[in-house]
Amino acid sequence: MIKEILWPAISLGGLGLIFGIILGAASKKFKIEVDERVPLVREKLPGANCGGCGFAGCDAYAEAIVSGKAPANLCNIGGEKAAKAIGEVLGVEVKAADPVVAFVKCQGTCVKSKSKYDYHGLKSCHDALTLADVGPKACEYGCTGFGDCVKQCQFNAISVVDGIAVVDNELCTGCGSCAAACPKGIIELVPKKQSVKVACSSKDKGMDVKKVCTSGCIGCGICAKNCPNQAITVEDNIAHIDYSKCTNCGICVSKCPVKAIINK
Amino acid sequence: MLKAFQIIVSAILVNNYVLSRFLGICSFLGVSKKIETAKGMGIAVTFVMGLASIMSWLVFNFILKPLHIEYMYTIAFILVIAALVQFVEMVIKKKMPGLYKAFGIYLPLITTNCAILGAVIINMNENYNLFYSFLFAVCSGLGYLLAIVLLAGIRERMEFSDNMPEALKGLPISLITACLMSIAFSGFQGLVQ
Repeated sequence: MIKEILWPAISLGGLGLIFGIILGAASKKFKIEVDERVPLVREKLPGANCGGCGFAGCDAYAEAIVSGKAPANLCNIGGEKAAKAIGEVLGVEVKAADPVVAFVKCQGTCVKSKSKYDYHGLKSCHDALTLADVGPKACEYGCTGFGDCVKQCQFNAISVVDGIAVVDNELCTGCGSCAAACPKGIIELVPKKQSVKVACSSKDKGMDVKKVCTSGCIGCGICAKNCPNQAITVEDNIAHIDYSKCTNCGICVSKCPVKAIINK
Repeated sequence: MLKAFQIIVSAILVNNYVLSRFLGICSFLGVSKKIETAKGMGIAVTFVMGLASIMSWLVFNFILKPLHIEYMYTIAFILVIAALVQFVEMVIKKKMPGLYKAFGIYLPLITTNCAILGAVIINMNENYNLFYSFLFAVCSGLGYLLAIVLLAGIRERMEFSDNMPEALKGLPISLITACLMSIAFSGFQGLVQ
Protein backbone atom coordinates (compact mmCIF):
# COMPACT_ATOMS: atom_id res chain seq x y z
CA MET A 1 0.00 0.00 0.00
CA ILE A 2 2.62 2.48 1.08
CA LYS A 3 4.75 1.41 -1.91
CA GLU A 4 2.08 2.47 -4.37
CA ILE A 5 2.17 5.99 -3.05
CA LEU A 6 5.86 6.16 -2.35
CA TRP A 7 7.19 5.10 -5.75
CA PRO A 8 5.35 7.70 -7.82
CA ALA A 9 6.16 10.39 -5.28
CA ILE A 10 9.85 9.52 -5.19
CA SER A 11 10.25 9.02 -8.93
CA LEU A 12 8.38 12.13 -10.02
CA GLY A 13 9.87 14.19 -7.22
CA GLY A 14 13.29 12.94 -8.23
CA LEU A 15 12.57 13.76 -11.84
CA GLY A 16 11.54 17.26 -10.86
CA LEU A 17 14.63 17.63 -8.69
CA ILE A 18 16.92 16.50 -11.50
CA PHE A 19 15.29 18.86 -13.96
CA GLY A 20 15.55 21.64 -11.40
CA ILE A 21 19.24 21.03 -10.88
CA ILE A 22 19.89 20.82 -14.62
CA LEU A 23 17.99 24.05 -15.24
CA GLY A 24 19.77 25.76 -12.36
CA ALA A 25 23.15 24.71 -13.67
CA ALA A 26 22.19 25.66 -17.20
CA SER A 27 21.06 29.11 -16.15
CA LYS A 28 24.53 29.67 -14.66
CA LYS A 29 26.36 28.15 -17.58
CA PHE A 30 24.37 29.87 -20.29
CA LYS A 31 24.17 33.22 -18.55
CA ILE A 32 24.10 36.11 -20.98
CA GLU A 33 26.39 39.01 -20.24
CA VAL A 34 24.21 42.09 -20.40
CA ASP A 35 25.57 45.58 -20.30
CA GLU A 36 25.80 46.35 -16.59
CA ARG A 37 24.54 49.86 -17.20
CA VAL A 38 21.12 48.61 -18.31
CA PRO A 39 19.88 47.70 -14.81
CA LEU A 40 21.42 50.91 -13.44
CA VAL A 41 19.55 53.03 -15.96
CA ARG A 42 16.43 50.98 -15.38
CA GLU A 43 16.63 51.82 -11.67
CA LYS A 44 16.51 55.54 -12.41
CA LEU A 45 13.34 55.19 -14.45
CA PRO A 46 10.01 55.36 -12.61
CA GLY A 47 8.91 51.87 -13.59
CA ALA A 48 5.35 52.82 -14.45
CA ASN A 49 5.68 50.98 -17.80
CA CYS A 50 3.29 53.51 -19.32
CA GLY A 51 4.90 53.42 -22.75
CA GLY A 52 4.91 57.21 -23.06
CA CYS A 53 8.50 57.14 -24.34
CA GLY A 54 7.44 55.05 -27.31
CA PHE A 55 9.05 51.83 -26.07
CA ALA A 56 7.35 48.69 -24.79
CA GLY A 57 8.16 49.54 -21.17
CA CYS A 58 10.85 50.86 -18.85
CA ASP A 59 13.07 47.82 -19.45
CA ALA A 60 12.98 48.20 -23.21
CA TYR A 61 13.62 51.93 -22.91
CA ALA A 62 16.60 51.43 -20.58
CA GLU A 63 18.11 49.01 -23.09
CA ALA A 64 17.56 51.48 -25.91
CA ILE A 65 19.22 54.30 -23.94
CA VAL A 66 22.31 52.25 -23.18
CA SER A 67 22.65 50.99 -26.74
CA GLY A 68 22.40 54.58 -27.90
CA LYS A 69 19.21 54.10 -29.88
CA ALA A 70 17.19 56.57 -27.82
CA PRO A 71 17.88 59.85 -26.06
CA ALA A 72 17.72 59.76 -22.26
CA ASN A 73 15.11 62.49 -21.88
CA LEU A 74 12.04 60.80 -23.33
CA CYS A 75 10.57 59.86 -19.98
CA ASN A 76 7.91 62.40 -19.06
CA ILE A 77 7.20 60.92 -15.67
CA GLY A 78 10.77 60.86 -14.41
CA GLY A 79 11.26 64.26 -16.02
CA GLU A 80 14.36 66.27 -15.34
CA LYS A 81 15.39 64.23 -12.32
CA ALA A 82 15.44 60.91 -14.15
CA ALA A 83 17.17 62.38 -17.18
CA LYS A 84 19.94 63.83 -15.00
CA ALA A 85 20.37 60.59 -13.05
CA ILE A 86 20.60 58.60 -16.28
CA GLY A 87 23.12 61.10 -17.57
CA GLU A 88 25.25 60.45 -14.48
CA VAL A 89 25.12 56.70 -15.07
CA LEU A 90 26.14 57.08 -18.69
CA GLY A 91 28.64 59.85 -17.94
CA VAL A 92 27.05 62.38 -20.26
CA GLU A 93 25.02 65.49 -19.63
CA VAL A 94 21.37 65.21 -20.53
CA LYS A 95 18.97 68.08 -20.85
CA ALA A 96 15.46 67.37 -19.74
CA ALA A 97 12.75 67.68 -22.33
CA ASP A 98 9.98 70.21 -21.86
CA PRO A 99 7.30 68.46 -19.85
CA VAL A 100 4.03 67.95 -21.67
CA VAL A 101 0.51 67.37 -20.41
CA ALA A 102 -2.59 65.97 -22.03
CA PHE A 103 -5.27 68.43 -23.09
CA VAL A 104 -8.84 67.63 -24.13
CA LYS A 105 -9.70 69.81 -27.10
CA CYS A 106 -13.37 70.22 -26.28
CA GLN A 107 -15.42 72.26 -23.85
CA GLY A 108 -18.84 71.09 -24.96
CA THR A 109 -20.24 70.33 -21.53
CA CYS A 110 -23.80 69.07 -21.06
CA VAL A 111 -25.02 72.67 -21.00
CA LYS A 112 -23.14 73.93 -24.03
CA SER A 113 -23.57 70.97 -26.36
CA LYS A 114 -26.80 68.99 -26.10
CA SER A 115 -27.35 65.30 -26.66
CA LYS A 116 -29.02 64.12 -29.84
CA TYR A 117 -30.82 61.28 -28.08
CA ASP A 118 -30.93 59.44 -24.79
CA TYR A 119 -28.20 56.83 -24.83
CA HIS A 120 -28.62 53.88 -22.49
CA GLY A 121 -26.00 51.56 -23.97
CA LEU A 122 -22.56 50.55 -22.80
CA LYS A 123 -20.75 53.31 -20.92
CA SER A 124 -17.72 53.36 -23.17
CA CYS A 125 -16.84 55.96 -25.80
CA HIS A 126 -15.49 53.37 -28.17
CA ASP A 127 -18.55 51.12 -27.91
CA ALA A 128 -20.96 54.04 -28.14
CA LEU A 129 -19.25 55.24 -31.30
CA THR A 130 -19.26 51.77 -32.80
CA LEU A 131 -22.86 50.99 -31.96
CA ALA A 132 -24.51 54.36 -32.38
CA ASP A 133 -22.90 56.21 -35.29
CA VAL A 134 -21.03 59.20 -33.83
CA GLY A 135 -22.42 58.84 -30.34
CA PRO A 136 -25.10 60.71 -28.49
CA LYS A 137 -23.32 64.08 -28.42
CA ALA A 138 -24.75 66.59 -30.89
CA CYS A 139 -21.26 67.64 -31.98
CA GLU A 140 -19.66 64.90 -34.02
CA TYR A 141 -16.15 65.95 -32.94
CA GLY A 142 -16.86 66.59 -29.27
CA CYS A 143 -15.96 64.57 -26.21
CA THR A 144 -18.39 61.66 -25.72
CA GLY A 145 -17.75 61.75 -22.00
CA PHE A 146 -17.92 58.05 -21.10
CA GLY A 147 -14.32 58.12 -19.96
CA ASP A 148 -12.33 55.65 -22.04
CA CYS A 149 -9.42 57.95 -21.26
CA VAL A 150 -10.17 57.83 -17.52
CA LYS A 151 -9.89 54.05 -17.58
CA GLN A 152 -6.52 54.24 -19.33
CA CYS A 153 -4.93 56.80 -17.01
CA GLN A 154 -2.62 55.18 -14.47
CA PHE A 155 -2.20 58.39 -12.53
CA ASN A 156 -5.82 59.40 -11.85
CA ALA A 157 -5.11 62.63 -13.67
CA ILE A 158 -8.19 62.63 -15.86
CA SER A 159 -11.84 62.71 -14.89
CA VAL A 160 -15.18 63.33 -16.54
CA VAL A 161 -16.74 66.55 -15.27
CA ASP A 162 -20.11 67.71 -16.53
CA GLY A 163 -20.02 65.40 -19.55
CA ILE A 164 -16.50 66.03 -20.81
CA ALA A 165 -13.06 64.78 -19.83
CA VAL A 166 -10.85 67.17 -17.88
CA VAL A 167 -7.12 66.73 -17.23
CA ASP A 168 -5.50 67.65 -13.93
CA ASN A 169 -2.23 69.28 -15.02
CA GLU A 170 -0.58 68.61 -11.67
CA LEU A 171 -1.15 64.86 -11.81
CA CYS A 172 -0.73 64.41 -15.55
CA THR A 173 2.64 62.98 -16.57
CA GLY A 174 2.17 63.36 -20.29
CA CYS A 175 2.44 59.63 -21.02
CA GLY A 176 -0.16 59.93 -23.76
CA SER A 177 -2.13 56.78 -23.01
CA CYS A 178 -5.39 58.77 -22.86
CA ALA A 179 -4.65 60.35 -26.24
CA ALA A 180 -4.24 56.88 -27.69
CA ALA A 181 -7.45 55.67 -26.02
CA CYS A 182 -9.70 58.50 -27.24
CA PRO A 183 -11.68 57.14 -30.20
CA LYS A 184 -12.29 60.65 -31.50
CA GLY A 185 -8.66 61.62 -31.18
CA ILE A 186 -9.35 64.91 -29.42
CA ILE A 187 -6.73 64.60 -26.68
CA GLU A 188 -3.45 66.23 -27.53
CA LEU A 189 -0.14 66.49 -25.69
CA VAL A 190 0.80 70.14 -25.24
CA PRO A 191 3.78 71.74 -23.47
CA LYS A 192 2.99 72.19 -19.79
CA LYS A 193 3.88 75.88 -19.83
CA GLN A 194 1.49 76.52 -22.72
CA SER A 195 -1.60 78.06 -21.14
CA VAL A 196 -3.41 79.37 -24.25
CA LYS A 197 -5.07 76.54 -26.09
CA VAL A 198 -7.87 75.99 -28.62
CA ALA A 199 -10.50 74.01 -26.73
CA CYS A 200 -12.39 72.65 -29.72
CA SER A 201 -11.86 70.02 -32.38
CA SER A 202 -14.75 70.66 -34.74
CA LYS A 203 -13.91 70.78 -38.43
CA ASP A 204 -17.47 71.73 -39.35
CA LYS A 205 -18.38 75.06 -40.94
CA GLY A 206 -19.22 77.89 -38.54
CA MET A 207 -22.96 77.64 -39.01
CA ASP A 208 -23.05 73.92 -38.33
CA VAL A 209 -20.89 74.37 -35.22
CA LYS A 210 -23.25 77.02 -33.90
CA LYS A 211 -26.17 74.62 -34.17
CA VAL A 212 -24.61 71.99 -31.92
CA CYS A 213 -22.40 73.87 -29.46
CA THR A 214 -22.26 77.34 -27.98
CA SER A 215 -18.51 77.43 -27.54
CA GLY A 216 -17.19 75.65 -30.63
CA CYS A 217 -14.62 77.24 -32.93
CA ILE A 218 -16.42 78.64 -35.96
CA GLY A 219 -13.22 79.28 -37.89
CA CYS A 220 -13.80 83.03 -38.20
CA GLY A 221 -10.09 83.83 -38.10
CA ILE A 222 -10.30 86.81 -35.75
CA CYS A 223 -7.67 85.21 -33.53
CA ALA A 224 -5.30 84.76 -36.46
CA LYS A 225 -5.66 88.41 -37.47
CA ASN A 226 -5.08 89.70 -33.95
CA CYS A 227 -2.16 87.48 -33.01
CA PRO A 228 0.98 89.66 -32.73
CA ASN A 229 3.26 86.72 -33.42
CA GLN A 230 1.37 85.07 -36.33
CA ALA A 231 1.16 81.95 -34.20
CA ILE A 232 -2.43 81.11 -35.16
CA THR A 233 -3.62 79.67 -38.45
CA VAL A 234 -7.13 78.57 -39.41
CA GLU A 235 -7.35 75.31 -41.30
CA ASP A 236 -10.38 73.08 -41.85
CA ASN A 237 -12.56 75.66 -40.09
CA ILE A 238 -10.60 75.46 -36.85
CA ALA A 239 -7.83 77.57 -35.32
CA HIS A 240 -4.41 76.02 -34.70
CA ILE A 241 -1.83 77.53 -32.35
CA ASP A 242 1.84 77.06 -33.19
CA TYR A 243 3.21 76.49 -29.68
CA SER A 244 6.74 77.39 -30.73
CA LYS A 245 5.61 80.92 -31.68
CA CYS A 246 2.92 81.53 -29.05
CA THR A 247 3.89 83.71 -26.10
CA ASN A 248 0.70 83.13 -24.09
CA CYS A 249 -0.13 86.84 -24.40
CA GLY A 250 -3.86 86.08 -24.35
CA ILE A 251 -5.03 88.55 -26.98
CA CYS A 252 -6.76 85.79 -28.94
CA VAL A 253 -8.54 84.62 -25.80
CA SER A 254 -10.17 88.02 -25.32
CA LYS A 255 -10.96 88.46 -29.03
CA CYS A 256 -12.55 85.05 -29.65
CA PRO A 257 -16.30 85.64 -30.14
CA VAL A 258 -17.30 82.15 -28.98
CA LYS A 259 -14.67 81.73 -26.24
CA ALA A 260 -13.25 78.64 -27.92
CA ILE A 261 -9.71 79.67 -27.00
CA ILE A 262 -8.96 79.39 -23.32
CA ASN A 263 -6.15 80.51 -21.05
CA LYS A 264 -5.75 78.07 -18.17
CA MET B 1 8.66 1.78 -44.55
CA LEU B 2 4.97 1.69 -45.30
CA LYS B 3 4.22 2.45 -41.68
CA ALA B 4 6.51 5.48 -41.75
CA PHE B 5 4.73 6.76 -44.85
CA GLN B 6 1.37 6.15 -43.21
CA ILE B 7 2.43 8.11 -40.15
CA ILE B 8 3.61 11.03 -42.29
CA VAL B 9 0.39 11.29 -44.31
CA SER B 10 -1.77 10.72 -41.28
CA ALA B 11 -0.07 13.30 -39.10
CA ILE B 12 0.12 16.05 -41.71
CA LEU B 13 -3.16 15.67 -43.55
CA VAL B 14 -5.66 13.12 -42.30
CA ASN B 15 -5.36 13.63 -38.58
CA ASN B 16 -4.14 17.18 -38.83
CA TYR B 17 -3.49 18.48 -35.35
CA VAL B 18 -5.56 21.60 -35.56
CA LEU B 19 -8.14 20.83 -38.17
CA SER B 20 -9.20 17.34 -37.21
CA ARG B 21 -7.92 16.73 -33.69
CA PHE B 22 -8.72 20.29 -32.55
CA LEU B 23 -5.60 20.67 -30.45
CA GLY B 24 -3.60 23.89 -30.14
CA ILE B 25 -6.57 26.01 -31.21
CA CYS B 26 -5.61 28.91 -28.95
CA SER B 27 -2.32 29.66 -30.66
CA PHE B 28 -3.85 28.70 -34.00
CA LEU B 29 -6.23 31.66 -33.73
CA GLY B 30 -3.94 33.88 -31.69
CA VAL B 31 -0.87 34.06 -33.92
CA SER B 32 -2.39 33.65 -37.36
CA LYS B 33 -2.74 37.31 -38.24
CA LYS B 34 0.40 37.46 -40.34
CA ILE B 35 2.09 34.76 -42.40
CA GLU B 36 5.50 35.69 -40.98
CA THR B 37 4.53 35.17 -37.34
CA ALA B 38 2.46 32.11 -38.20
CA LYS B 39 5.52 30.58 -39.83
CA GLY B 40 7.62 31.34 -36.75
CA MET B 41 5.07 29.75 -34.46
CA GLY B 42 4.68 26.70 -36.68
CA ILE B 43 8.40 26.08 -36.90
CA ALA B 44 8.83 26.55 -33.15
CA VAL B 45 6.01 24.07 -32.46
CA THR B 46 7.56 21.52 -34.81
CA PHE B 47 10.93 21.94 -33.15
CA VAL B 48 9.64 21.57 -29.60
CA MET B 49 7.34 18.69 -30.52
CA GLY B 50 10.24 16.73 -31.99
CA LEU B 51 12.39 17.23 -28.90
CA ALA B 52 9.55 16.60 -26.46
CA SER B 53 8.62 13.35 -28.17
CA ILE B 54 12.12 11.96 -27.69
CA MET B 55 12.40 13.09 -24.08
CA SER B 56 8.97 11.87 -23.08
CA TRP B 57 9.53 8.55 -24.82
CA LEU B 58 12.67 8.07 -22.74
CA VAL B 59 10.92 9.07 -19.53
CA PHE B 60 7.92 6.86 -20.22
CA ASN B 61 9.88 3.76 -21.21
CA PHE B 62 12.74 4.01 -18.76
CA ILE B 63 11.11 5.52 -15.69
CA LEU B 64 7.34 5.14 -15.70
CA LYS B 65 7.16 1.64 -17.22
CA PRO B 66 9.70 -0.14 -14.98
CA LEU B 67 8.08 1.38 -11.90
CA HIS B 68 4.57 0.51 -13.16
CA ILE B 69 3.31 4.04 -12.66
CA GLU B 70 2.18 4.66 -16.24
CA TYR B 71 -0.92 6.39 -14.91
CA MET B 72 1.26 9.33 -13.83
CA TYR B 73 2.06 10.12 -17.45
CA THR B 74 0.21 13.48 -17.57
CA ILE B 75 2.23 14.98 -14.73
CA ALA B 76 5.48 13.45 -15.93
CA PHE B 77 5.02 14.72 -19.48
CA ILE B 78 4.08 18.24 -18.40
CA LEU B 79 7.19 18.28 -16.22
CA VAL B 80 9.35 17.07 -19.10
CA ILE B 81 7.94 19.52 -21.62
CA ALA B 82 8.17 22.54 -19.31
CA ALA B 83 11.74 21.76 -18.27
CA LEU B 84 12.75 20.98 -21.83
CA VAL B 85 11.40 24.23 -23.26
CA GLN B 86 13.11 26.22 -20.52
CA PHE B 87 16.39 24.45 -21.17
CA VAL B 88 16.17 24.80 -24.94
CA GLU B 89 15.36 28.49 -24.56
CA MET B 90 18.46 29.06 -22.46
CA VAL B 91 20.71 27.17 -24.82
CA ILE B 92 19.37 28.91 -27.92
CA LYS B 93 19.61 32.30 -26.26
CA LYS B 94 23.28 31.73 -25.63
CA LYS B 95 24.39 29.77 -28.66
CA MET B 96 22.10 31.00 -31.43
CA PRO B 97 20.87 34.54 -30.71
CA GLY B 98 19.56 34.85 -34.26
CA LEU B 99 17.31 31.85 -33.89
CA TYR B 100 16.27 33.06 -30.42
CA LYS B 101 15.17 36.39 -31.87
CA ALA B 102 13.29 34.58 -34.63
CA PHE B 103 11.43 32.38 -32.13
CA GLY B 104 10.87 35.35 -29.87
CA ILE B 105 7.86 35.00 -27.64
CA TYR B 106 6.70 31.74 -29.22
CA LEU B 107 9.08 29.41 -27.43
CA PRO B 108 7.79 30.09 -23.90
CA LEU B 109 4.24 30.21 -25.27
CA ILE B 110 4.58 26.67 -26.51
CA THR B 111 5.35 25.35 -23.03
CA THR B 112 1.69 25.24 -22.25
CA ASN B 113 0.46 24.38 -25.72
CA CYS B 114 -1.85 21.38 -25.56
CA ALA B 115 -0.71 20.26 -29.00
CA ILE B 116 2.68 19.25 -27.58
CA LEU B 117 1.17 17.29 -24.72
CA GLY B 118 -1.30 15.79 -27.18
CA ALA B 119 1.50 14.60 -29.44
CA VAL B 120 3.40 12.80 -26.70
CA ILE B 121 0.24 11.22 -25.28
CA ILE B 122 -0.80 9.94 -28.72
CA ASN B 123 2.72 8.55 -29.13
CA MET B 124 2.29 6.70 -25.87
CA ASN B 125 -1.19 5.36 -26.72
CA GLU B 126 -0.05 4.15 -30.13
CA ASN B 127 2.98 2.41 -28.62
CA TYR B 128 5.32 3.89 -31.20
CA ASN B 129 9.03 3.16 -30.88
CA LEU B 130 11.51 6.01 -30.52
CA PHE B 131 11.95 6.61 -34.26
CA TYR B 132 8.23 6.54 -35.02
CA SER B 133 7.50 8.76 -32.05
CA PHE B 134 9.93 11.33 -33.34
CA LEU B 135 8.62 11.04 -36.90
CA PHE B 136 5.02 11.36 -35.77
CA ALA B 137 5.78 14.39 -33.60
CA VAL B 138 7.71 16.23 -36.32
CA CYS B 139 5.01 15.51 -38.90
CA SER B 140 2.33 16.65 -36.49
CA GLY B 141 4.28 19.87 -36.09
CA LEU B 142 4.45 20.22 -39.86
CA GLY B 143 0.69 19.67 -40.03
CA TYR B 144 0.25 22.46 -37.49
CA LEU B 145 2.59 24.66 -39.55
CA LEU B 146 0.57 23.93 -42.69
CA ALA B 147 -2.76 24.72 -41.02
CA ILE B 148 -1.64 27.93 -39.32
CA VAL B 149 0.13 29.31 -42.40
CA LEU B 150 -2.92 28.56 -44.57
CA LEU B 151 -5.20 30.36 -42.13
CA ALA B 152 -2.78 33.28 -41.84
CA GLY B 153 -2.71 33.62 -45.63
CA ILE B 154 -6.48 33.72 -45.79
CA ARG B 155 -6.73 36.15 -42.89
CA GLU B 156 -4.17 38.48 -44.45
CA ARG B 157 -6.27 38.67 -47.61
CA MET B 158 -9.50 39.11 -45.70
CA GLU B 159 -8.06 42.25 -44.13
CA PHE B 160 -8.40 43.92 -47.52
CA SER B 161 -11.99 42.94 -48.04
CA ASP B 162 -14.16 46.06 -48.09
CA ASN B 163 -17.61 44.56 -48.07
CA MET B 164 -17.22 42.37 -45.00
CA PRO B 165 -20.19 42.84 -42.63
CA GLU B 166 -19.12 44.76 -39.53
CA ALA B 167 -20.31 41.99 -37.22
CA LEU B 168 -18.07 39.39 -38.85
CA LYS B 169 -14.82 41.36 -38.94
CA GLY B 170 -11.87 39.91 -37.04
CA LEU B 171 -12.31 36.78 -34.97
CA PRO B 172 -15.80 35.69 -36.10
CA ILE B 173 -14.82 35.33 -39.75
CA SER B 174 -11.57 33.65 -38.70
CA LEU B 175 -13.54 31.04 -36.79
CA ILE B 176 -15.81 30.47 -39.78
CA THR B 177 -12.76 30.16 -42.01
CA ALA B 178 -11.11 27.69 -39.65
CA CYS B 179 -14.35 25.71 -39.61
CA LEU B 180 -14.50 25.57 -43.43
CA MET B 181 -10.83 24.54 -43.54
CA SER B 182 -11.58 21.78 -41.10
CA ILE B 183 -14.44 20.55 -43.27
CA ALA B 184 -12.14 20.65 -46.30
CA PHE B 185 -9.50 18.63 -44.48
CA SER B 186 -12.06 16.02 -43.53
CA GLY B 187 -11.96 15.15 -47.23
CA PHE B 188 -8.66 13.40 -46.49
CA GLN B 189 -10.42 10.95 -44.18
CA GLY B 190 -10.05 7.40 -45.39
CA LEU B 191 -6.75 8.10 -47.13
CA VAL B 192 -4.98 6.02 -44.49
CA GLN B 193 -6.26 4.09 -41.54
